[in-house]
Amino acid sequence: MQLLIDILSWGFILAGVFFVFTGTLGMLRLPDFYTRLHGAGITDTLGTELLLIAMMLQAGWSLVTVKLAMISLFIFFTSPTATHALANAANAVGLRPFGVPAKDLEPGKREKR
Amino acid sequence: MGHILSLGASLAAFWMLLSGSISLDHKLVLGFGVASLVLSIWLAVRMDRIDGTPVSVNLRPSLIRYWIWLAKEIGKANIDVAKIVLSPKMEISPRMIRVKATQKTDVGITTFANSITLTPGTVSVDIDNDEILVHAITDEMAQGLLESDMDARVTAVEAKIR
Amino acid sequence: MMFAVAAAGLIIPMLMALARGLMGPTLYDRVLAGNSFGTKTVLLIAVLGFIGGRPDFLDIALLYALMNFVGTIAILKFFRYRNLGIAGDAENGNGNGGAT
Repeated sequence: MQLLIDILSWGFILAGVFFVFTGTLGMLRLPDFYTRLHGAGITDTLGTELLLIAMMLQAGWSLVTVKLAMISLFIFFTSPTATHALANAANAVGLRPFGVPAKDLEPGKREKR
Repeated sequence: MGHILSLGASLAAFWMLLSGSISLDHKLVLGFGVASLVLSIWLAVRMDRIDGTPVSVNLRPSLIRYWIWLAKEIGKANIDVAKIVLSPKMEISPRMIRVKATQKTDVGITTFANSITLTPGTVSVDIDNDEILVHAITDEMAQGLLESDMDARVTAVEAKIR
Repeated sequence: MMFAVAAAGLIIPMLMALARGLMGPTLYDRVLAGNSFGTKTVLLIAVLGFIGGRPDFLDIALLYALMNFVGTIAILKFFRYRNLGIAGDAENGNGNGGAT
């Protein structure tokens, strides 16, 4: 049983580390601020949750698991809020997105800010 | 009054969970707990007066089912974006699109916008009234969001909770 | 061993996020890098708690997650209004109507 949990945790940790790395790589490689948000999104959702699940598996049924679940829920709710706040702030000062077709950026479509 | 009591009870349970002890030996720690409880409830009541919606928890089966569906969507979208990032050429075609939100309450629209942001590949940039401005990393992701039934699902959950 | 791999797998992306923070080029890239760095720090603190066998590290991680979120929002609010005391305008839903 312990062996099964260890194998599962290894899988979750490797997958989590992979997604954290991929997300950050995206943040480095992608061409502009708006696209980098998507890269950071990978880290914040799948990478974080997989690593926290691996830790929960290792902790077993205890107070530690409850606290890890709380951290995971908290990040699940705050990370999209922070991302939206960032995107909204950048949009409000008129930061131009890279590569977006001009028809998406017509003044009529972006007036309210 | 009822919701103040339920809020107090859940906050007390939360405090006991975090502190990990319910013994009466540590009078100082217990005092801090009681003080923070009273402060939190006072703040919640003060916020209710401005906002008008009491703090409440609505964990219904339909909401849980929506979360499971959302988790699956997040997983799929993550793999798509990871592929784009890891491919040597990084074929991106960013779009800014407007999505109609059919939810009636602020909580419903917030849930929908947060779900869009949580799914990698789409980020909600701005909200005015019932339209959400969304930045998508590829054209396919933008089309996928327009075709998906996420909006309808959030509206259905909202109707059940209200 | 397991958690040592996780720690190493977190420290490298943290350095990469730091590089993005130093490169910029806009303010928002830097704030994004800082926020992402903070999320990874939360995970690293939790992992270090497991390595050292000290579960109380998780309380610190929880608090750090909280501070990271509030800090990001506070920085964005400050750079939009140049003032932290101002109340957002709730009327039109995007919280920027009153501050011009």
